[in-house]
Amino acid sequence: MVAPLLPLSVRDAEVWRGPTRILGPVSLDLGETGITIVLGPNGGGKTTLLRTLHGLERMRRGSLKWSCSREEALKRQAFVFQQPVIMRRSVVESIAYPLLLDRVPKRDALARAAEIAGNVGLAKHLELPAQVLSGGEKQKMALARALIRRPDLLFLDEPCASLDGESTHEIEEILQRAKADGTRIVMSTHSVGQARRMADQILFIHQGQILEAGPADAFLAGPQTLEARAHINGDLLS
Amino acid sequence: MNDILAGLEHALRLVVGFDPTLYEITLRSLSVTLTATLIASLIGLPLGAWLSVNRFRARRFIIATLNALMGLPPVVVGLIVFVIFSRSGPLGIFGLLFTTKVMIIAQVILITPIIASVAHQAIRELWAEYHDLLISLNATRFQRIKALLWDSRRALLTASLTGFGRAVGEVGAIMIVGGNIDHSTRVLTTAIALETGKGNFALALALGFVLIALALGVNYALHFLSRTERSSRW
Repeated sequence: MVAPLLPLSVRDAEVWRGPTRILGPVSLDLGETGITIVLGPNGGGKTTLLRTLHGLERMRRGSLKWSCSREEALKRQAFVFQQPVIMRRSVVESIAYPLLLDRVPKRDALARAAEIAGNVGLAKHLELPAQVLSGGEKQKMALARALIRRPDLLFLDEPCASLDGESTHEIEEILQRAKADGTRIVMSTHSVGQARRMADQILFIHQGQILEAGPADAFLAGPQTLEARAHINGDLLS
Repeated sequence: MNDILAGLEHALRLVVGFDPTLYEITLRSLSVTLTATLIASLIGLPLGAWLSVNRFRARRFIIATLNALMGLPPVVVGLIVFVIFSRSGPLGIFGLLFTTKVMIIAQVILITPIIASVAHQAIRELWAEYHDLLISLNATRFQRIKALLWDSRRALLTASLTGFGRAVGEVGAIMIVGGNIDHSTRVLTTAIALETGKGNFALALALGFVLIALALGVNYALHFLSRTERSSRW
């Protein structure tokens, strides 16, 4: 019996860059299902929060407790960066790379990568160098690479920030399918529209602080803070 | 100008006429330099990668030292290797002095810092790009180095070829440790030095042209085999 990964409990977490506190103190609980959208203006701390939860940022203070061991938790999650990291390999080799790290035989890894590339609409580009893909295709490739290990938890840092409407729609469809397959998703965005389409829960973050957290419907219908209200209304936040 | 033309003509005659001495020293040059480049690459490329992905106290000092050693004076290296491998030296027991083996050792000492430094530069840039991804994927330190070496293979080929270029034209160190012995340790560069000393400029130039052709040939062959500069390939 495998121990569950979630819930995750974060208490009074702080991240500092030199003398400046860029996140926190933040406390949150991440439940076992659904899509959580980390919403807020640029520079508010969304990326830092996601990177901290994924273990890419070191906390100066606070605690972060998974339901299983930290090592086990890190193995069962994946991260998609805002600027996808493009390896100097073909599309299919790039997608297969995480399985090769797990010592899956190359033939099996490539076959699984080809299958998942088909699921995200990259079947025609398998042998192309990843670098020549368009922005949307690169992000889909990064998503396929993140999903190939069938993670229990997937973090996405503004995956649609520089994409057009069609690519955004395709990425959102892939994420909805991943959610239906049981993947827990935590995604940051500054787009209220995307939050409206995707979110089950919303964390609203501004100037490194979580100002609101709760069900998406309630948040979008009646935000409690001035900052959240201004962001939803499209006003500029200082 | 006449000497250069005479040298070109002489070189052609030696090559077309399958001059046995020319082919012997050319093959020896190629064998010594390629072996040295291979050994130096096996040391220098992983060293460059290791220095890129690890942070430790002496790292900057090692990188600065490697950069400084890129300009090692060959004659001094040759002299030190000579003393170490001479009969009364610490490694004299192996009896390697005036053999091609000690010439390879001298060249490895000369070009390993070059290959490691160039490799470190290339891999450091790729590591900055891959860092978050490889950490996120829980790649072990060995897997990170392996990925960086593989994905920067074109740049590393350039690093090895830079080392090869330095080694193939080297004369000071291998003259001292090899002794320029006919049919034993004579290579193109030491033969050129000898013929120039004898005033035999046409032959020296001819050997020089063969040396340049050899360096170009190896570079072309490696670029061709590794399929660099082709569209839609890394």
